Amino acid sequence: MSIYAYLVAGYLILIGSYGIVRSRHLVHAVVSLSVAQAGTYVLLLAVGYQRAASAPVFGSTTKPNTGVVDPVVQAMTLTDIVVSATVTALLLALAVQINKRHGTVDPDDLAALRG
Amino acid sequence: MLPTTADLMPVVVAVPVAMACLLAVLGRALPRRAVDALTLLTMLGVTVATVVLLRDTGTGRTYTWLGGWTPHGNVGVGIAFVADPLSAGLAVMIGVLATCALLFAWHYLDAVGGHFHALMLFFAAGMEGFVFSADLFDMVVFFELMGASAYALTGFHVEDETAVEGGLNFGLVNSLGAYLSLAGVALLYGRVGQLGLPQLGEALGHHRPDALVVASFVLVMTGFMVKGALVPLHFWLADAHAVAPAPVCVLFSGVMVELGLYGVARVYFTVYGETLPHDDIRRAFLVLGVVTAVVGAAMCLGQRHLKRLLAFSTIAHMGLFTVGFALLSSDGIGGTAVWVVGHAGVKSALFLLAGLLLERYGTVDELELHGKARDQRLGAALFFLAAIGLAGLPPFGTALGKSIAEDATLTSGYHWGPALFVVVSALTGGAVLRFGARAYLGLGDAPHPEELAEATPGDEEPEGSVSGRTPLTMLSAIVVLLLAGLAAGLVPDIGRAAAHAAERLIDGPGYAAQLLSGVRPPAPEPEPAAVWTSTGVVLSLLSTGLALLVAAAGLWLRRLRWLHVLTPVMHRLHRLHTGHIGDYVAWLFVGMAALAALVGLPLM
Repeated sequence: MSIYAYLVAGYLILIGSYGIVRSRHLVHAVVSLSVAQAGTYVLLLAVGYQRAASAPVFGSTTKPNTGVVDPVVQAMTLTDIVVSATVTALLLALAVQINKRHGTVDPDDLAALRG
Repeated sequence: MLPTTADLMPVVVAVPVAMACLLAVLGRALPRRAVDALTLLTMLGVTVATVVLLRDTGTGRTYTWLGGWTPHGNVGVGIAFVADPLSAGLAVMIGVLATCALLFAWHYLDAVGGHFHALMLFFAAGMEGFVFSADLFDMVVFFELMGASAYALTGFHVEDETAVEGGLNFGLVNSLGAYLSLAGVALLYGRVGQLGLPQLGEALGHHRPDALVVASFVLVMTGFMVKGALVPLHFWLADAHAVAPAPVCVLFSGVMVELGLYGVARVYFTVYGETLPHDDIRRAFLVLGVVTAVVGAAMCLGQRHLKRLLAFSTIAHMGLFTVGFALLSSDGIGGTAVWVVGHAGVKSALFLLAGLLLERYGTVDELELHGKARDQRLGAALFFLAAIGLAGLPPFGTALGKSIAEDATLTSGYHWGPALFVVVSALTGGAVLRFGARAYLGLGDAPHPEELAEATPGDEEPEGSVSGRTPLTMLSAIVVLLLAGLAAGLVPDIGRAAAHAAERLIDGPGYAAQLLSGVRPPAPEPEPAAVWTSTGVVLSLLSTGLALLVAAAGLWLRRLRWLHVLTPVMHRLHRLHTGHIGDYVAWLFVGMAALAALVGLPLM
């Protein structure tokens, strides 16, 4: 795999984290977290990629002993997506509740937990 | 094939998950008491199963390859669950703490629809899976499972404005940590093509670490360090503890945070133990541990919200536990293990007492409570007992663990070790004693009206609706936890058992040999029993005495003008805790960079 995919993965993780640091809106912060996580998907798939190999499904067209990409990282990515869906939904629900209680979703205006 | 003890491990993970799903669906149809009873019975069953597992594991290891996917040679895609004395002991602790938390919640919390109970079961199952898992990716998944249920439990009081904010901060920071861990796992998989801890350890072996190995180590550890609340990755902890319901805090402070450190230790010894030099790791974690202990203790002193105060005391203790781990010796880690058990007992009891105060008076603010809880005789007795236990009075497990760890620092040549342990224990214990003296005894300067008017962080709604006598279920949960804290210091031979457990943890090559080739480990060498020493007792008494002084100084602070020179430092430290999610994430990267520098630079 070319180094390009790894650079994209690192960039996504960093830009997502930077998004949370500079966020002025909690929904934006939660989505930034998803962006950072997308970096881990790219990284995992890049690790398992093989040039000129097919999908890891053996059958009439793909005989055993032909080159396939690594199925383990794909399983890990799927698990990761499930986790992400759960956590994102939960965090967005909390953001909605914060908006109801505080009337704002700007982290700069939330100060209930200072000190 | 007949079921063996090892088959209990998947069971203690699967049964709570199944019960949680059942309760999430049927919770609304069942009466509250049926939900309570089912949850409690499930956790009692888990506790009994883990006790059996601990007994049968003895000083060795039991393991099972899930679904019979055993590895061929060093290659395999199966996932193993392993119990050694340390992981089995932690599993028992999770069971006991969850059972006590649920017992306390029997008359606490207007939990509707079984959601609270289902979440508690998911949380416990996630933690049990995390301690048994011998697969790096699996560890991260269980880490996320316990994380997701913990975020939801933190924000359980959705009507409370601080609770939702604390839950969100906790969730964002911890999830980001978990994703960084996952990135580390991916890098490691790219190098080795394996995910099992023993296979990874074999593959990395004695090779000189290169940049990729160090990067994967730093990334994986960052996630665990966030959970373990090492400064500067600790900010979420105080927010989450201040707002989570008291029974949830029992699991947070008692075991979840400690599991972060367990993850660090397990992964280091099994995967990186041979490749990253011990001296390097020792230096890195000693620095992080000392900083965490000092910052935690200083912040703890400055709090007036009891749950926040206890949270910072947990951070300070995590710093001390990290120092104990960083010695990388069986004495250091064994002492820490005993200390963790003792700490879980007394700290959990304190959180539950905070829950009682919150329920009765609608606040856990020290100044607002001044003298109000005078009629709570039994509560006061339990509170002070737990507080001096936290300060390290013999024969609590905290004191025994502390004294073993102190000896270990001296053996390793760190002569400042005992001083750090004594001072930090005294400062945190003193802060808790000060709170108790003000709330239960009405001692100390009366608060200024303007101090009372100051908005305190985490002004909360009462969490339950019990008036009159404290229900027996609540009291018994507190008493059981306190007794557990005492037992950790009194059970004969517990020190030696802990040292043997630590030996098994440290023995990474033996772990791999047993899982991959079935080589049984040699019986542990009969070491000198780690027991109470006279120095240890004297130092424990000293830390208790100092804690009383700290408490007195806090009560009559206005008369001690010379202490006010510290005020600017404290203010600066407090101002760093902004409650701002962006700041927390920025600090997370500072912590990660610090670890990278501490581990990576000496290897250049």
